[in-house]
Amino acid sequence: MSEQGVDNSKRQFLTTALTVVGAVGTGYIAVPFLAQMQPSTKAKAAGAPVEIDISKIEPGQLIRAAWRGKPVWVLFRTPEVLEILATDTGKLADPDSLESIQPESSQNEFRSIKPGIFIAVGLCTHLGCSPTFRPEIAPNDLGPTWNGGFFCPCHGSGFDLAGRVVRGVPAPTNLDVPPHHYITDTLILIGEDASEAST
Amino acid sequence: MKKLLQICLLTLIPLGAFASGGMDLDSADIDLTDKDSLENGAHLYVQYCLGCHSTKYIRYLNLADDFGVEQQEILDKVAPERAGIYDKMLTAMNGHDAKKWFGVRPPDLSLIARSRGADWLYSYLRSFYADPNKPLGVNNAIFPDVGMPNPLWKLQGKQTAVFETVDDQQVITELVLEKPGTMSAEEFDKSVNDIVNFLVYAGEPAQVERQSMGKYVLFFILLFGVIAYLLKKEYWKDIH
Amino acid sequence: MKSNYLNDCTSWVCRRFPMAKLWNDHMAQYYAPKNFNFWYFFGSLALLVLVNQFITGILLTMNYKPDASLAFDSVEYIMREVPWGWLVRYMHSTGASAFFIVVYLHMFRGLIYGSYKQPRELIWIFGMLIFLALMAEAFMGYLLPWGQMSYWGAQVIISLFSAIPVIGDDLSLWVRGDYVISDATLNRFFAFHVIAIPLILVMLVFLHIIALHEVGSNNPDGIEIKDSKDPWGHPVDGIPFHPYYTVKDIVGVAVFMFFFATVIFYMPEMGGYFLEHANFIPADPLATPEHIAPVWYFTPFYAILRAIPDKFAGVIAMGGAIVVLFLLPWLDRSPVRSIRYRGGIYKKAIVLFVISFIGLGYLGMQPPTAGATIFARILTAIYFAFFLLMPIYTRWERPKPLPKRVNEEPGLEDRIPAIKQSFAAMTHDVPETRDGHTVMHTRPDASGIAHELSKLGRKIIRSLD
Repeated sequence: MSEQGVDNSKRQFLTTALTVVGAVGTGYIAVPFLAQMQPSTKAKAAGAPVEIDISKIEPGQLIRAAWRGKPVWVLFRTPEVLEILATDTGKLADPDSLESIQPESSQNEFRSIKPGIFIAVGLCTHLGCSPTFRPEIAPNDLGPTWNGGFFCPCHGSGFDLAGRVVRGVPAPTNLDVPPHHYITDTLILIGEDASEAST
Repeated sequence: MKKLLQICLLTLIPLGAFASGGMDLDSADIDLTDKDSLENGAHLYVQYCLGCHSTKYIRYLNLADDFGVEQQEILDKVAPERAGIYDKMLTAMNGHDAKKWFGVRPPDLSLIARSRGADWLYSYLRSFYADPNKPLGVNNAIFPDVGMPNPLWKLQGKQTAVFETVDDQQVITELVLEKPGTMSAEEFDKSVNDIVNFLVYAGEPAQVERQSMGKYVLFFILLFGVIAYLLKKEYWKDIH
Repeated sequence: MKSNYLNDCTSWVCRRFPMAKLWNDHMAQYYAPKNFNFWYFFGSLALLVLVNQFITGILLTMNYKPDASLAFDSVEYIMREVPWGWLVRYMHSTGASAFFIVVYLHMFRGLIYGSYKQPRELIWIFGMLIFLALMAEAFMGYLLPWGQMSYWGAQVIISLFSAIPVIGDDLSLWVRGDYVISDATLNRFFAFHVIAIPLILVMLVFLHIIALHEVGSNNPDGIEIKDSKDPWGHPVDGIPFHPYYTVKDIVGVAVFMFFFATVIFYMPEMGGYFLEHANFIPADPLATPEHIAPVWYFTPFYAILRAIPDKFAGVIAMGGAIVVLFLLPWLDRSPVRSIRYRGGIYKKAIVLFVISFIGLGYLGMQPPTAGATIFARILTAIYFAFFLLMPIYTRWERPKPLPKRVNEEPGLEDRIPAIKQSFAAMTHDVPETRDGHTVMHTRPDASGIAHELSKLGRKIIRSLD
């Protein structure tokens, strides 16, 4: 082995070139390997928009449906409830839903397209438990300030009947409102905004 | 050379095994980039085959994505009424009834092109002939005694077989069109070819993507190899 | 030697873990003979394929369902609905065949250069155990797609156990966990394929490499490079594995990947050899396909099984065909290792052995006709004769004198002038006039080709002495 005539800069250049090409190649092969853990067509098919028929819903009633495997709530709010929601905003962390997730059409006082019909994904924004529906006013276990809402049994987060989170609980934001629109007055499509709706 | 000969010999065997009907196979003209042919094939398949045979690994959505057409067009032109875009291509026929009627449950055809081959399908679908001895009144020159009626007979017309006795055995030499159908022979061959084209697609929807990606991958590996070779040469200058 | 940052690593880790020592012992100061040729690429390539099988296998496991009613569908689900699932699956299925190609070539290298001979017997034994584990891994993996070939192939192979006297039937029942291949069999094969055997494989590969690095690599001349050392104690004909063989192996990796990618992207079924046509039909316990054959890498052994007219004797012969490979280090009594310094008998024996192995592989894929069976018996006899007569003919023939130092191998570029010359001899230039220009066209020359072929033939015959 002789060290004469060794062109170290050429070696360095070729080593770098090979490393770069090799790294790019590794990157290319990593893409399909990682992407194959993305939702499959089957998962997307199961996550397709779902229709909810609300023709039989009664005042005060909550109906549940599944969209992408998550619970979706449809709540018929009475005028009394709306009255409370409009006035009792002092205890809320994000009363105007600035930090929370909802379609533009639902970013308003009652977080819904129609004030009476509230639609939300029934998963707590803290760690994903499904809160319980507690519409009663000031029950024994929840104390005198409870004005009706949703209570998460896992870590005690409270939400009002517009899904707005109460201050001082672990949940960071209001309940998500999924993209949705009315196909007819009594038929709602969950998973698609009016703007995305195909013809 | 020996290996080459081996490969030649071996590739003939599966074909030989399937072509036991005695007639030679005609070759199908498969072109998976011909989206019109694929869409027409899918349309004919839904009309004439889906009644009994599912293609359960294909969703209507796949057709829209892979043929590059709007989802609505697939729902309007190809899919049966009331099918959703995410629905799989399932048959409406109940498997229990099918078993009663035909003796076997009609197989799912998602992978038929991969197990039988395109040429076999193309020849088979065009080789039904009238045979009064059979319960369904038809037989097939490629798949003798097949338990399937000819779904395309209205299009093709009625064929009869010409037999010849070779070594004391009745052998079909050709099929003759006795009564023409609603399509001319060329139109019919084209339609069958489209159906087979669709079935080849259905066997492996990824194949077009796979083949079009291949050249980039190979080019990249080549580039890597050239640099690696230069580096190797550079280092091996040390070795005397 | 250039100092590497690993050579004098004094970091927190290096003071607690022998990183520098490991690096030096196995890479930077592992001296390998400088005359490795083409045949020496396949060890590192086998390792590459093993890694490929591990990664793609883990990814497939995420979507595969080891349940008789779901398995076939789940494979098609991977092929169609999982993003890039088709690529991962083809990498795994092509990788299985590539593994055997690479391993067979690796074993053949050991055979022609006597790499199994003293003091490398243990390396060979570990390698053979890897081969056995690999066959078990491939066989069990082939059941998982739950197609017709998966099912009936497994049915036939497991029925082999029933040939064993007295316990045979109970044994095959125990292996299957049912009276036929069933969900229970699929589930346990899955467990073996994804956990048990891969663990064994990794351990054996580790042992194989540790044993190799203890005694050092053999080389195409089959002489010990440690016999002549320089004043610093390094073998004169040895070069550090890193960087010289790492850069060389990377070239091999690139060439391998080129072929591997060609198969994956353009011919993943490889005409029915890598993925058999009948395996696209879901397993049907009530109907055997017209023609069943194992995947190509098992066919030589399958042909031996079928060549023997008695069931039990057939199983013994098939097992024996692998057992004799284990015994190779003790069957070979030649004083030299490499084929280069052996006599003509051994070279001819190797040629016959290769013919018998490829011939059996071919016959194993064919339907068992009377003529094919006779051929298979002759080839089986040759296969066993090669090994069992080895103690006689290797002692009998006279080896050529061994050199003191290894021979220089002509590199690829050194061969180019010779290739150019023979190309020129096989063609002649024809003037052709088109559009007023006269252009010389190179056309093949029949007598030139015949001459070159006879030269090649003479060379081959001469090299067999």
